[in-house]
Amino acid sequence: MLEKDSDSETAAKPVISGLSLQARVLRKLTFIIPVIILSLIILMAIFADLAWLGLPDVRLAPFDPEKISMRDRLMPPFWAEEGSTDHLLGTDKMGRDILSRLIFGARISLSVSLLVILITSFIGTVLGILGGYLGGRTEAFLMRITDISLAFPPILVAMLLAVSMGPSFTTVVLAISLLGWAPYARLIRGETLRLREIDFVAQARIIGASPFRIMLKHIFPNIINPLIIVMTLQIGLLIITEASLSFLGVGIPPPAPSWGNMVNDGRNLVDTAWWISTFPGIAIALVVLSGNFLGDWLRDKLDPRLRQL
Amino acid sequence: MSEVVLRVEDLRTSFFTRVGEFKAVDGVSFYVKEGETFGLVGESACGKSVTALSLLRLLPEPAGKIVGGKITLDGIDLMTLDKKEMREIRGKKISMILQDPMTSLNPVYTVGDQIGEAVRLHQQLHDNMVEDEVISALRLLRIPAPEQRVHDYPFQMSGGMRQRVVGSIAMSCRPRLLIADEPTTALDATIQAQYIALFKDIQKQTGVAIIFITHDFGVVANICHRVAVMYAGSIVETAPTSIIFKAPIHPYTSALIHSVPHLDRRDDRLYSIEGQPPSLLNLPPGCRFAPRCPEVMDICHKEQPPTVEISDGHSVSCWRVK
Repeated sequence: MLEKDSDSETAAKPVISGLSLQARVLRKLTFIIPVIILSLIILMAIFADLAWLGLPDVRLAPFDPEKISMRDRLMPPFWAEEGSTDHLLGTDKMGRDILSRLIFGARISLSVSLLVILITSFIGTVLGILGGYLGGRTEAFLMRITDISLAFPPILVAMLLAVSMGPSFTTVVLAISLLGWAPYARLIRGETLRLREIDFVAQARIIGASPFRIMLKHIFPNIINPLIIVMTLQIGLLIITEASLSFLGVGIPPPAPSWGNMVNDGRNLVDTAWWISTFPGIAIALVVLSGNFLGDWLRDKLDPRLRQL
Repeated sequence: MSEVVLRVEDLRTSFFTRVGEFKAVDGVSFYVKEGETFGLVGESACGKSVTALSLLRLLPEPAGKIVGGKITLDGIDLMTLDKKEMREIRGKKISMILQDPMTSLNPVYTVGDQIGEAVRLHQQLHDNMVEDEVISALRLLRIPAPEQRVHDYPFQMSGGMRQRVVGSIAMSCRPRLLIADEPTTALDATIQAQYIALFKDIQKQTGVAIIFITHDFGVVANICHRVAVMYAGSIVETAPTSIIFKAPIHPYTSALIHSVPHLDRRDDRLYSIEGQPPSLLNLPPGCRFAPRCPEVMDICHKEQPPTVEISDGHSVSCWRVK
């Protein structure tokens, strides 16, 4: 009897831990690899040059990303026959170094995404909590605005704005933020509706807390987890939106490099100089995938209720 | 005699929905004295909790509204206060304990933070003074090692301990009136007995008036001095606890007491009252209990019975009493 018990215990062990060793390692990797990729790209963006430290000559990028050199135009990457180790990833049709542009482009693409994430999550959270907690007409009004925002095709609106304001960094950030808050507002309102009915909110009211205090101190800390998950999942989407706008010529204006306008630069030469579009394309894909994997991992870790997102 | 802390006169609370007006509380009157525990008993959905929420003016908006009546706390008419003044009353003068200790604490704050919030909202105190108040509130509820417990999160505590923390929050500003809305329903029997004994002690120490909402007559017998029995939004009988058990007058009260199972009586079937409570949307014109009443008379279906005081502190609304 006793032996049988201990037998079943050892047999049950892998079941208790839920997943086999292999599966667990794989799961860990879906966290570690994206974190490494994203950290590398972020470090790359920060140390592209040290002009922000007052050291304009110290830089990670081998060349000035905007320096035109017609002599070196359309050089392939170093492993190709005509390639050179001066320009590891080749040059574009104006002889600018692709690797340097890629490194500086990370700066622009990432800062657009981060700024937009901060702006949209702030607006979305404020409106979502207000709508969800106050209910009634406030909620109806805010949620109809959200629905309307969700109904507009974001690229079209961004193009309209870019055309009317002229393309610039600020325009891109504003254009994407203009509609980007709506998904946050939806999610946060839903979470707020759920939390509002839980007794600790009633308890806060009972001790005499004001609505503002309840929203800030009792509702908000409880929605941080889903908020972080959605913010992470948005990285990929925003990189793509920025790239799309730049690709369409209404994003970051040349000659400044962004991954989107780099892909655009190489569009007509894809069959002869494939490297111009391919490397920024790969960079976009890597960041988007990493963002999504990391977001998925965080979601499983922090909030299993959000599986459907 | 100790003074009356709370007086409720002809309180009427309704919920306005698309289907119509639900009269959740319809003409309820009672009072609670200092150091006294007043029981509010009745089956689910009879208006006990809505009465409690009306006292705090915390009805779910915009559907719930107090449509009439008067609530006086220490001589202040609560109906005349604005929102801000009402917030100052809540937690300081009137406090409340909710049913489920598992959800009434915020999972992201420590116990000390949550009690401290109540203290800070009503008293301008320096941080270390707040800490003292928090610990004394925990001590009042006899939470062991309060100096360590203040740093615990709710998930580190058992249900009984959490309900004590909820009690500490409620008592932290030494309120005049405490509303306990079935605070022991979610606790098991031994913890329940402890909790009730604890509140008897706290009442002796602080003189707080307690409104104890429950559907459990065992709890009523244990803690309440006086009891009101509610049915379909109104009080059918109010009496001192001993009288309610010995000589209930209203047929509903006796039926309720009769339906409590006894250990010393072996019945094959549990006693139950036939039928269902009336819809609060269309109340019958006469006595609300008439359709289920075993002693119903003609007049019961036509007119509402008046409330008659038959002896000191014992009043009944029934046509059989006149």
